[in-house]
Amino acid sequence: MTDTISDSGARELSRIIIRFAGDSGDGMQLTGERFTSASAIFGNDLSTLPEFPAEIRAPQGTLAGVSAFQVQVSDHDITTPGDAPNVLIAMNPAALKKEISKLEIGGTVIVNQDTFEERNLAKAGYEENPLETGELSNYTLFKVPMTSMTKEVCKEIEGIKPREAERSKNFFALGLVSWLYQRPMEPTLDWIEKKFGKTPNVVQANNAAFKAGHAYGETTEAFDYSYEVKPAALDAGVYTNVNGNTALSWGLVAAGKLSELQVFLGSYPITPASDILHELAKHKNFGVATFQAEDEIAAVASAVGAAFGGALAVTTTSGPGVALKGEAIGLAINLELPLVVIDIQRGGPSTGLPTKTEASDLLMAMYGRHGEAPMPVIAPYSPGYCFHAAIEAARIALKYRTPVMLLSDGYLANGSEPWKLPDVDSLPDITTVFTTEANHVDEDGNEHFWPYKRDPETLARAWAVPGTPGLMHRIGGIEKEDGTGNISYDPLNHQRMTDIRQDKVANIAADIPPTWVEGDLDADVLLVGWGSTWGAITSAAKQIREAGHKIAHAHLIHINPFPRDLGEVLSRYKTVICPEMNMGQLSKLLRAEFLVDVKSVNKVQGQPFMTTELFDVILEELT
Amino acid sequence: MTDTAQAPETTKADWTSDQEPRWCPGCGDYSILTAMQLMLPDMDSRPESTVFISGIGCAARFPYYMNTYGMHSIHGRAPAVASGLAIARPELDVWVIGGDGDMLSIGGNHLIHAMRRNINMTILLFNNQIYGLTKGQYSPTSEVGKVTKSTPMGSVDQPFNAVSVALGAEATFVARTHDMDRKHMQETFRRAHEHRGSALVEIFQNCNVFNDGAFAAITKKDKRDSMLIQLNHGEPIRFGADNEFGVTSNSQGNAEIVKVSDVGEAALIVHDENSENPSSAFALSRLASGPYEPTPVGVFRQVQRPEYSSAANQQIEVAKSQQGPGEIIDLLTSQPTWEVT
Repeated sequence: MTDTISDSGARELSRIIIRFAGDSGDGMQLTGERFTSASAIFGNDLSTLPEFPAEIRAPQGTLAGVSAFQVQVSDHDITTPGDAPNVLIAMNPAALKKEISKLEIGGTVIVNQDTFEERNLAKAGYEENPLETGELSNYTLFKVPMTSMTKEVCKEIEGIKPREAERSKNFFALGLVSWLYQRPMEPTLDWIEKKFGKTPNVVQANNAAFKAGHAYGETTEAFDYSYEVKPAALDAGVYTNVNGNTALSWGLVAAGKLSELQVFLGSYPITPASDILHELAKHKNFGVATFQAEDEIAAVASAVGAAFGGALAVTTTSGPGVALKGEAIGLAINLELPLVVIDIQRGGPSTGLPTKTEASDLLMAMYGRHGEAPMPVIAPYSPGYCFHAAIEAARIALKYRTPVMLLSDGYLANGSEPWKLPDVDSLPDITTVFTTEANHVDEDGNEHFWPYKRDPETLARAWAVPGTPGLMHRIGGIEKEDGTGNISYDPLNHQRMTDIRQDKVANIAADIPPTWVEGDLDADVLLVGWGSTWGAITSAAKQIREAGHKIAHAHLIHINPFPRDLGEVLSRYKTVICPEMNMGQLSKLLRAEFLVDVKSVNKVQGQPFMTTELFDVILEELT
Repeated sequence: MTDTAQAPETTKADWTSDQEPRWCPGCGDYSILTAMQLMLPDMDSRPESTVFISGIGCAARFPYYMNTYGMHSIHGRAPAVASGLAIARPELDVWVIGGDGDMLSIGGNHLIHAMRRNINMTILLFNNQIYGLTKGQYSPTSEVGKVTKSTPMGSVDQPFNAVSVALGAEATFVARTHDMDRKHMQETFRRAHEHRGSALVEIFQNCNVFNDGAFAAITKKDKRDSMLIQLNHGEPIRFGADNEFGVTSNSQGNAEIVKVSDVGEAALIVHDENSENPSSAFALSRLASGPYEPTPVGVFRQVQRPEYSSAANQQIEVAKSQQGPGEIIDLLTSQPTWEVT
């Protein structure tokens, strides 16, 4: 951290990691998002980590009910929400108790002093008030009576009772932190007006609390300085702050435009995938049809039906839903119809950790169906890239007439970053052509439509949709004769069809970029990752380089099929380390496919890797 | 095969595929198939705009024999597959075919939700009260005490009454027919197909291998007059060789069979299939406790309710007219943006 003084008198920092924590009902996610949004508009680079309990409202004031939001704000390019926060805002004793150990030694704690009374202390398990015992002496502590000051400024607002005024205390906290880090006020004030405009007295209360928090920082002498994180020198372009689920939804809508097909989403609500259903339901003007089905099976089955009808069919879910959809995905593989299956992975098995991140569905995506049922698997590596991954999934599905699994996770889904908007004209053309005429002539010169007649290059079958005169045909899950599509129990035909389904997916390797490798190509050690670990691996690799070592990083976006050169890439390095948010699933695939002695680094704690965790492991390997 | 259905008029041949049916000889499914292929030429339907979606079971082979678009999907899921198709392509004629195991056991959830949503599809439920394809286990419509391979001491499950289930699931069209009467099937299929929304037709279908004669007590030619109660809209409900029996509503609101000579015709229920309240139709569905007592057939209920895909597509049209057809750039800039120079 630099420590210079800017023109405004604020001390300049190169980056800051802030963690907002409070009760589930305290609005901490919203507070964090607003701080993030204002920072994004200010021009910082940033990365976020929302962490909330699975319970909608755990008992108030308890450890189980603590909801937190961490954001790293920086004047340079960053890839993670940071390891240890520099600042903790604790809205109640439970938040302090649960989160304090994460704070860096010497860090700043700002507490809502009003909540540190007997009942709340007891609920958090404190026998004595930690603000008075000296146990926080390793930190810089600020005690701010947020609740009472919020009530005070809202006293005069008509129609706002003290209990209601209390709800605005998160805006007081946001105002204070906004002053402390010199965030612009306008984006937050505009947002309050837009969000609560229908109830003017709530707008007034939130505005008053926000401004009061800001003024408190400015006028009291409690805070010696404010701080400033200058805008980051990002590539020129137009940016927006986007999380993975939103970017993914936009990618699906865009894929509909690019393919000139109607997007049909069959979905059943499940954390952390539901926001995609919500977002797509907002974009009906694009012709998007969203169908909230009665269960996960109906969700995917309806998508298969829509695909048969010629739609760009999508189903979205998380791990437990993929388990239920397995049979219908197998049907789509057999029918050879395009289908995008999106799995926002979470901690498992079973209900597991619904709101926590994990990347442990890779082997299910690869092999979690009965029979020989290969399907392409792709994985975005950052929130913004989810947009492109959705288009890529649609491209492969349509071109090869196959279901495609897109593996995102809770961390990408809810985490946000500034994302440079792509040039719309540079997006791929993924239009597809339906068959409208007979495609086979028999020995007698009669014309026929053969639904399983294939493109010799892609092996994609002909796709004729209902409504097309003369091309009526029946398809089904029973094995069928290649070409005609008629039911066939012939042993050699089954072998042939199995081979074709396998080859079709394997051949996609010719249609994807070579392995993405960054860093020192002459290093001895290669880090191989997939999915959301990109941020932590990139950050750790950078620190390794800063420590004077060489290191390379390959990150896989296409996992089935692998890029064609992957085996050769792996063979160039003495040591291959694969950090994963699971117990070693990609490592298993790499070992099986390439006979490489991959060292697997695993974490299944519901939280992404920290940079230091990976740094330590890599350093040990290097020295 | 060559599809030559270009002329406006179609014949049975235009609706018949080149695949040879592979049901057991004597199976009731043959007569249902024939009824369908004879009925469709009379309708304003085109083979290229018609889709049959089935699940798994003997009945589910049906689409292969129709010269239309078709999908033989997976067990129980046909109503869900058809839902997606009907929403994406509301102009198509979508038929759903399945048996009692397919539709009422493994796929019960999809069946009830398709009906309550009123998605435009005509559902034919081939009820033979047995699992045929898996060679003779009891089904969710088998009677209590049914002795099968999986219930050597008799089944202890209470069966479903398909018509009662459909009425309880908010279906807007519910009818029953049987495989021994082609004309009745054709007429019932026609009525169901003309209905906009979800239409359910239960077909009593004989499985001559695993449950032969399950409906013989009511569907044999010499039994029909006394055992099948034909429901005719707007008419008093009467049956019997000489129309000597009728159906009244007793003081508890239950349907009851009476001798017309005992109560007089004025006391009989006048069948109103358009009644918004499904209570009367439900009472009729409970009249027989199994296919060994006088059993109502025909249309139990037909009411108008907004059809799902029309309503859903209307929202899309409203969104388009209010917001204009979307462009990708509008999507990307729908949240605050900033420019880095």
